[in-house]
Amino acid sequence: MQITLEIQRYDPQKDKEAFFEKYDVEINPNDRLLDALMKVKQYIDPTLGFRKSCAHGVCGSDAMVVNGVERLACKTLIKDVINKDGSPIKIEPLQTLPIQKDLMVDQSRFFEHYRQVKPYFINKEPIKEKERIQSQEEREDFDDGTKCILCAACYSACPVVRGINPSFLGPASIVQAERFIDDSRDEGFEERASLLDFPDGIWPCQNFYQCTRVCPRHIKITQLINKTKENIVKYRTSRGEKIHDLP
Amino acid sequence: MIHTFDAVIVGAGGAGLYAALEASQTTKTAVISKLYPIRSHTGAAQGGISASLGNIEEDKPEWHAFDTVKGGDYLTDQDAALILAEEAVQAVYDLENRGLPFNRTPEGRIDQRRFGGHTRNFGESAVRRACYAADRTGHMILQTLYQQCIKNNVTFFDEFHVIDVLLKEQRCFGVVALELRTGEIHVFHSKAVLFATGGTGRMFRITSNAYANTGDGPALLLNKGVPLEDMEFYQFHPTGIKGMGILITEGVRGEGGILRNRDGERFMERYTPTLLDLAPRDIVARSIVQEIREGRGIRGDATIEDFVHLDATHLGKDTIEAKLPDIADFCRTYLGIDPAENPIPVQPTAHYAMGGIPTDIYGRVLKNGEGHLYEGLYAAGECACVSVHGANRLGTNSLVDLIVFGRRAGQNIAQFVQGSDRIPLKKDSTRYAQERISAKTGGQSGPNPEDIRTELQNLLMEKVGIYRNEQDMLETVERIRELRQDYSQVKIAHNTSAFNTHLLDILELGNLLDLAYIFAFSALNRKESRGAHSREDYPKRNDDEWLKHTLSWLEEDNIKIGYKSVDISRWKPKPRKY
Ligand SMILES: Cc1cc2nc3c(=O)[nH]c(=O)nc-3n(C[C@H](O)[C@H](O)[C@H](O)COP(=O)(O)OP(=O)(O)OC[C@H]3O[C@@H](n4cnc5c(N)ncnc54)[C@H](O)[C@@H]3O)c2cc1C
Ligand code: SF4
Ligand code: FES
Repeated sequence: MQITLEIQRYDPQKDKEAFFEKYDVEINPNDRLLDALMKVKQYIDPTLGFRKSCAHGVCGSDAMVVNGVERLACKTLIKDVINKDGSPIKIEPLQTLPIQKDLMVDQSRFFEHYRQVKPYFINKEPIKEKERIQSQEEREDFDDGTKCILCAACYSACPVVRGINPSFLGPASIVQAERFIDDSRDEGFEERASLLDFPDGIWPCQNFYQCTRVCPRHIKITQLINKTKENIVKYRTSRGEKIHDLP
Repeated sequence: MIHTFDAVIVGAGGAGLYAALEASQTTKTAVISKLYPIRSHTGAAQGGISASLGNIEEDKPEWHAFDTVKGGDYLTDQDAALILAEEAVQAVYDLENRGLPFNRTPEGRIDQRRFGGHTRNFGESAVRRACYAADRTGHMILQTLYQQCIKNNVTFFDEFHVIDVLLKEQRCFGVVALELRTGEIHVFHSKAVLFATGGTGRMFRITSNAYANTGDGPALLLNKGVPLEDMEFYQFHPTGIKGMGILITEGVRGEGGILRNRDGERFMERYTPTLLDLAPRDIVARSIVQEIREGRGIRGDATIEDFVHLDATHLGKDTIEAKLPDIADFCRTYLGIDPAENPIPVQPTAHYAMGGIPTDIYGRVLKNGEGHLYEGLYAAGECACVSVHGANRLGTNSLVDLIVFGRRAGQNIAQFVQGSDRIPLKKDSTRYAQERISAKTGGQSGPNPEDIRTELQNLLMEKVGIYRNEQDMLETVERIRELRQDYSQVKIAHNTSAFNTHLLDILELGNLLDLAYIFAFSALNRKESRGAHSREDYPKRNDDEWLKHTLSWLEEDNIKIGYKSVDISRWKPKPRKY
């Protein structure tokens, strides 16, 4: 079938501002949106800029905004984004991050926030056994957060990052922190608590659930944020301290 | 711009990151990667990483090594296989100790499952050896290693494409890279360089490999006079999603999934009565093709579009959601089915290069079949050939390879740079890189490179795939020669510097063409059937003449072939039955 893509173009090297360009592509409804973008790049306009790699939703390269919703182009089938009224499929870059070219955004800030929460295993105790023992239930406790592929879809969809407080740490970094905090083998809670417990840290989240809605890995992000907030409150309370949610 | 380091690591998948963790402890190390590290294709690995921990049932490194040798149809170097199997055990514990979330046994130990070709007591029956984190083992390995690199402040150059290696006679002293963000050319001047650039699956139309898997490292070295080893051995994984190639892990069969033909028959019973669906991949892939050719594919029309069913419906929803959640997700997303209710339509997909840059057991690159080495030049991971995979890799052994040999290379680099100097840079060290770029830019002309790419991918898929014959391969080699000529005419229009992904696509295509040429030529040259290399005109393994590794050199438009002996010091080659 023939479809029309309406893609936002912007090359800061030469364009004053962003504009939309339409492309007609012949495609199978069961193909991926990424396949359609590839057709545009290969046969219509090779200057179109976007990132891609795995082509099946596991590397996090190609998050973009499709008909207003964050999605991975490679995990989106054409038939699922065709507009009933026949209007073109509208494709824009992720919000909240600066555009580098067309659908490519600068993820530096996103990764800085990620690095801020010490997203690595902390346990200084010498290992007694060959592996650290962990029960199946304990393993299950932090499973959800381990699925994150750092695609930044949630960071783009978050109404807090979009406007209310652009300095907010963002959903993905909190998911990363939670993954370790809830890992029974990890001992970095205190270090990480102070990296989350500040006014632009975990507290700006107002439970809009937009992140949870768009996450291509189906992570219950908002729930994990709330769980972590509770952990920090408990920790502060047990020490007779207050949380640092106000500037 | 010129950067000075002791060690430069090209590639940030499992092999590159592990080497970086080792080398950076004592030496000034840079990791250069064309993708953000966490986007590397190691993250796509699903099923598991094998190690004879014996957490569930008795197991030994020796058994693991033997399976690896037999799985590789005796082209595996046996001492190297034993190193792989022995060091796998510590490698897995090490990953766990660094935080990797493996699935657990009821006792809280690392859980293990069955995988193709992994057996107890030299082939008696399938053994539970594959350690796994659901069906996201590679994702967890990549995440864990990247996290550790952050913890240890490893220096990264993300989205830098290496397009030249500085090599003078036998001494390597750096690489030249193109920065995506600016289009600038950077020189990395170093004492040692490790290539860990991953797979080459994009030579084929249907593949489990990422767009980025274009074999840049091997192709670059090939053009600098370095030989490649055993390039004719390319693995087709039996179970890719029909038409798309997206991988359905062998873990599905490891958990009990069954391959069925159009009559619902478990056809592997006829081919490998002992291991059934868990025979090595080359054998299962051939069996599928055989079923299809004899009209027992699901369509029954014996065309290359035909497929078979992978039936996991009897495993139950709970097992599938707990142990194979991503597979369930892929089935829902791309096929609109639930694997707990419907069988999965599968066909073989181009998956893994057994061949690559020849190295010794420390990752040092070999110059020839006599064991002479380059200095300061290393390779590890899928782009390298140790050779621990021989003519056919066993499932889960690549992830082991990354960790074991990535680590060994990293350690050897750390030692090497202590006692060595950086040989001085010449003024024109960027000349070759500049020439590569200017040859492809400055006004659009020549054929559409995408037509070349499409033709190449179809050609290899159809003519040098699972079954091969003289006529098809002769034609293929000839046609690739022509395609390389066409490619030499390709120039693209825009030469704007920043974010020029088009230019990078074109350079990658050049790499694919060179590798495809070597691949098809080596396949044509080997007149026997062994492991993944099955020739209709030479259907038997021929140890008298062909128990040897192929080395191939690219000399302008010609290919020179040489050989290297195989280490068979432990187990005498025997007929391969399962
Ligand atoms: C879908 C799938 C599932 C798999 N499942 C398993 C499994 O369960 N068990 C198992 O053992 N194996 C599995 N494998 C095989 C295994 O995952 C790969 O062989 C392995 O991950 C390759 O790792 P690597 O470090 O060599 O390369 P990669 O992880 O591919 O990394 C290559 C790196 O090189 C960089 N690079 C490439 N070219 C350049 C350049 N020109 N300049 C700069 N950087 C460059 C890339 O950016 C990337 O960082 C699977 C493979 C696939 C495709
Ligand atoms: S939490 Fe989900 S949406 Fe956010 S970065 Fe991770 S995978 Fe992407
Ligand atoms: S290309 Fe990897 S997630 Fe889409």
